[in-house]
Amino acid sequence: MSEDTRVPPGNVLRYSFPERLVHWLAGFSYVYLMLTGLAFWSPWLFWLAFALGGGTISRELHSWVGLIFVVAVLLMFRMWHRQMHETAVDKEWWDAIPHYIRNEDEYVPTVGRFNGGQKLLFWGFLWCGLFLLLSGLILWFPNWVPWNLRYLRYIAVIVHPSLALITIGLFIIHVYMGLAMERGALISMTRGYVTIAFAKRYHGLWYNRVADDPSAKNETP
Amino acid sequence: MSSAGFEIRAISGHAGPVPGAGLKREFEVCKLIDTTTCIGCKACEVACLEWNGYSFSETKFDNSYQTMPETSWNYWNLIKFNEHEDPDHGLMLLMRKDQCMHCEEPGCLAACPADNAIVQYVNGIVDFQQEHCIGCGYCISGCPFNIPKFSPDARKVFKCTLCVDRVSEGLEPACIKACPTGCLHFGTKPEMKELAETRAEQLREHSGFANAGVYDPAGISGTHVIYVLHDASNPENYGGLPSNPRIPWTVQLWKHPLKWIGNLAIVGGLLGLVVHYLRFGPKTLEEDKQKKPGAGQ
Repeated sequence: MSEDTRVPPGNVLRYSFPERLVHWLAGFSYVYLMLTGLAFWSPWLFWLAFALGGGTISRELHSWVGLIFVVAVLLMFRMWHRQMHETAVDKEWWDAIPHYIRNEDEYVPTVGRFNGGQKLLFWGFLWCGLFLLLSGLILWFPNWVPWNLRYLRYIAVIVHPSLALITIGLFIIHVYMGLAMERGALISMTRGYVTIAFAKRYHGLWYNRVADDPSAKNETP
Repeated sequence: MSSAGFEIRAISGHAGPVPGAGLKREFEVCKLIDTTTCIGCKACEVACLEWNGYSFSETKFDNSYQTMPETSWNYWNLIKFNEHEDPDHGLMLLMRKDQCMHCEEPGCLAACPADNAIVQYVNGIVDFQQEHCIGCGYCISGCPFNIPKFSPDARKVFKCTLCVDRVSEGLEPACIKACPTGCLHFGTKPEMKELAETRAEQLREHSGFANAGVYDPAGISGTHVIYVLHDASNPENYGGLPSNPRIPWTVQLWKHPLKWIGNLAIVGGLLGLVVHYLRFGPKTLEEDKQKKPGAGQ
């Protein structure tokens, strides 16, 4: 096991300290972006901007926190992209998604380090994050876009909220899974370890590898 | 700026109906700019600066008489000079005073998310309330005339107010007062429209400008600044005046269908998760239940 995390007996290291740090950098910056973004999304939610320090501060920091979020997403890409490619067992996992939703986990194939849903979350946030960055830069500096390229502003105006809605959907499901559905998932992202039973049930293929060789976990899906 | 004596018709980014919306007790005001009698003296530019308290900005020479390429956050009134080769009238120097058009359907107001930052009065004036502006710049993207400009120092957006502070005291806008040729007029919308049409007819019948007409674009339900043009069929010749300005369709899509689809999706998704939790509950993972078939390896 890695030296940066103390793993109690009966548990196995799932997320290293750098992985947890980057995850929460992305998590906290995303929550701020979502709340301030929702304030600008609807007049009925503009009170969020007041709650977060006022409209001007929310608008100013939204851009800078957006840059932090994109950096965190890119760090996650560097850490995890090799493990996020879809494998044959992910397709079986998606086929069994009705069972997974109904908590009939005995009919759901055990998978590698990340299941199909987690991979969808990863790629969804990566691509949405990159295009949110591009559209966000245009909205940040509309006066830098020349008048004869103003269609870029018009594209950004519709792309930014549309992609933000997609990420909100991903985020809601992610938080629901992590906090309410999978007992142990939150501990895995705070303290770093999961019980061996958790590892075998949800990520058996990964557990088989790390049980033999702890350094193997970051190499393959 | 000042809101004294004005009934409000619409407020940007406002939750719920506007108090007193739809009440109409005042005339709709209108500025008429007759480009055919403008001599390009720029008295209106100076008067605008003086009344609104800005000092003269650095000029940017661009091979014409024009003071700078476009209006700026502290230069709201700019005469655009354009040389135009006309088949009937030879070389013409087209001069158009550019400023906020005070649209009947303002794109800036439609795009603005900040409560009360942009206000449209019943008399037609569209005014930015800088104390409520959050500096997001959405109005810049919403405007079809390239008028709202961001001040990097104030971190807020500024534009022509149609001298709302003067108009509310019964005075004409500063630019109107300064004009030496009488090419600028100010009054009610019907009066100005009638005057403009009379002048356009005169140009058509007596001055040989067959396409002379009035610019009061229908795509935004008209404006409270209207032009008389020698050639109303080619407004682009006058420093890029758009022939059919509209609120950008992506702003409309974002503010109407997407907003409702998004709200339904978020609320529906949250309700769905509550129902899911009540129906299925959390996944159980008891260490002693590992004998279940198919689980694990």
